[in-house]
Amino acid sequence: MNAGPVNAEPVIRIRGVRTQFGPVVVHENLDLDVRRGEILGVIGGSGTGKSVLMRAILGLIRPRAGAIEVFGRNVLGDEEGSDYMARRAGVLFQDGALFSSLTVRENVEVPLKSYFPDMSRARRERLALLKIRLAGLPASAAEKLPAELSGGMRKRSGLARALALSPELLFLDEPTAGLDPIGAAAFDELISTLQQALGLTVFLITHDLDTLYAICDRVAVLSQKKVLTIGPIGEVERTDDPWIQEYFHGPRARAAKAAMAAGSGTLGN
Amino acid sequence: MAAVPAINIEKSDPESWSASGDWTLAQSQTIEDLLASLRGAARSLDASAIERLDTDGALMLLEAARRLGVGGQDLRLRQDHARLVDAVRRIEAEEAPEVPAREPGWRVVLAHIGRAVETIFAQLRDLVAFFGLVLMALLRTLLNPGRLRLTATVHHMEQSGIDAVPLVVVLSFLVGAVIAFLGATVMRDFGAELFVVELVSFAFLREFGTLLTAILLAGRTASAFTAQIGTMKGREEIDAIRTMGLDVIDLLVVPRVIALLVMLPILAFLAMLAGIAGGMLVASVNLDIPVDLFITRLQETIQLRHFLVGMSKAPVFALVIALVGCLEGFKVAGTAQSVGERTTSSVVQCISLVIVINAIAAVFFLEVGL
Repeated sequence: MNAGPVNAEPVIRIRGVRTQFGPVVVHENLDLDVRRGEILGVIGGSGTGKSVLMRAILGLIRPRAGAIEVFGRNVLGDEEGSDYMARRAGVLFQDGALFSSLTVRENVEVPLKSYFPDMSRARRERLALLKIRLAGLPASAAEKLPAELSGGMRKRSGLARALALSPELLFLDEPTAGLDPIGAAAFDELISTLQQALGLTVFLITHDLDTLYAICDRVAVLSQKKVLTIGPIGEVERTDDPWIQEYFHGPRARAAKAAMAAGSGTLGN
Repeated sequence: MAAVPAINIEKSDPESWSASGDWTLAQSQTIEDLLASLRGAARSLDASAIERLDTDGALMLLEAARRLGVGGQDLRLRQDHARLVDAVRRIEAEEAPEVPAREPGWRVVLAHIGRAVETIFAQLRDLVAFFGLVLMALLRTLLNPGRLRLTATVHHMEQSGIDAVPLVVVLSFLVGAVIAFLGATVMRDFGAELFVVELVSFAFLREFGTLLTAILLAGRTASAFTAQIGTMKGREEIDAIRTMGLDVIDLLVVPRVIALLVMLPILAFLAMLAGIAGGMLVASVNLDIPVDLFITRLQETIQLRHFLVGMSKAPVFALVIALVGCLEGFKVAGTAQSVGERTTSSVVQCISLVIVINAIAAVFFLEVGL
């Protein structure tokens, strides 16, 4: 486990954000800090706006009120702000969101092509291949189309594309959903390894208790339109809230904790 | 803000070099130029002065070390960069993937032609097999009319039939007018303007009414069928239908086939009327053939058999469009791209088949003297 520096400046700083769709308010007066170099797990029941929050930070939707700062820069609203985010943040959507008509290598080259049009083709291909193998894929996967890959490999390809511009910030939307337990554990380990090697800050939405226990430095619980509690998982699970108690002390949580206790700290070493 | 990357010989010792600045993707052009001008050999490379390093910078740094002949231990790194450089070095050290040799162009072309020809025959074979399946389902429905999905059938009649009426009528009217116009310019030289009546009505009753309708429906309805069924296939709805023990052909294909079998002849009839009306308008405005003269001449010269020849093709075209549209939908392989490919293929096949069948029918009917 990697303990992120506790007092580091926040990379993402969210203050008083309100998002709503028509009359439905998703977040009200929401505050959240993401620290440099940490893996922050974001959990919450269905419909509590985990993905909405991620999309707001990425500038895909616009909050009605509040401020979102990334690396000390306000990213809300203007064109430059979203461009800034595109350069410094990589996103892995739920099913990879790979462009289905392009091979994996071409998918990874898309951001490189648009931000570095002058880069030579050979160098671009070499970089793309490096990212593909960083994401734990064999080089032979590079020339395959997304439809020819398994779900786990599609996610790794999506991760390779998210890493294309060497971002400092990585957003992952349910990275282990739909993977078998072995694949999910391998993916957790990959994220942890990459986070340490590349010095990434990771914003991770998940439902996977194993992921929370295995790789997250802190956990934020979204509920009642705001961040109900945030902290190391040991603190969060003791919070006196019916949903959190149900979440962390149900049968599945017990199993995850048992697994964690059995192989404590083997991950990432 | 960003520090310019650099790589220099240290003053104290000409054999030890040092790198500094930001070695990041944003600086890749500068670094590349730096590497291109890199000359000499070194015993060690001190990279601990590098401020920011990302994967791309690490790749370049290793490249620089290799060119200078600096070994792994002699590359000094800041502690927090070491892990990253190790990760990149590990990947780079793995065996490079084999790039398959490119085939010569003429072989690619030949292979492509071969595949295309094979595809055409495979498609025809599939179509015949599918036709057999649907024929069986239609017979079952005929013997037991309760099997027919009436709501779905009526829905498709509305979507592919009634909703297409304005389109078919307007376009046929315009084509009819254009044919009359063309005929008029040629025949006026012979003083035979009156033959425009035969030209337009002959053309529309025997050929164009049905053919135009079929081509329009091939673009409008065959594509819709393919996309509908293809999307259902992609979302595993087809599999769900099968696991419930329902017959996919009964459920999805028979209603569409029956809907088109009923609606295409009706649309073809409307197209004939509209085309002749278009000709009539041009004749009266441009050739001074009044409407009543046009109709009298129509009754005198055109026999019922021409109309029947035209209408007899309508059910055939309806069957082709419905069958190809549905079959291509079932061939969708689950991706968005595949839906697009199959839809294109379905429209192309329908239009080609319709025109080919129409040509064969024209020769056939002339030979048997109809």
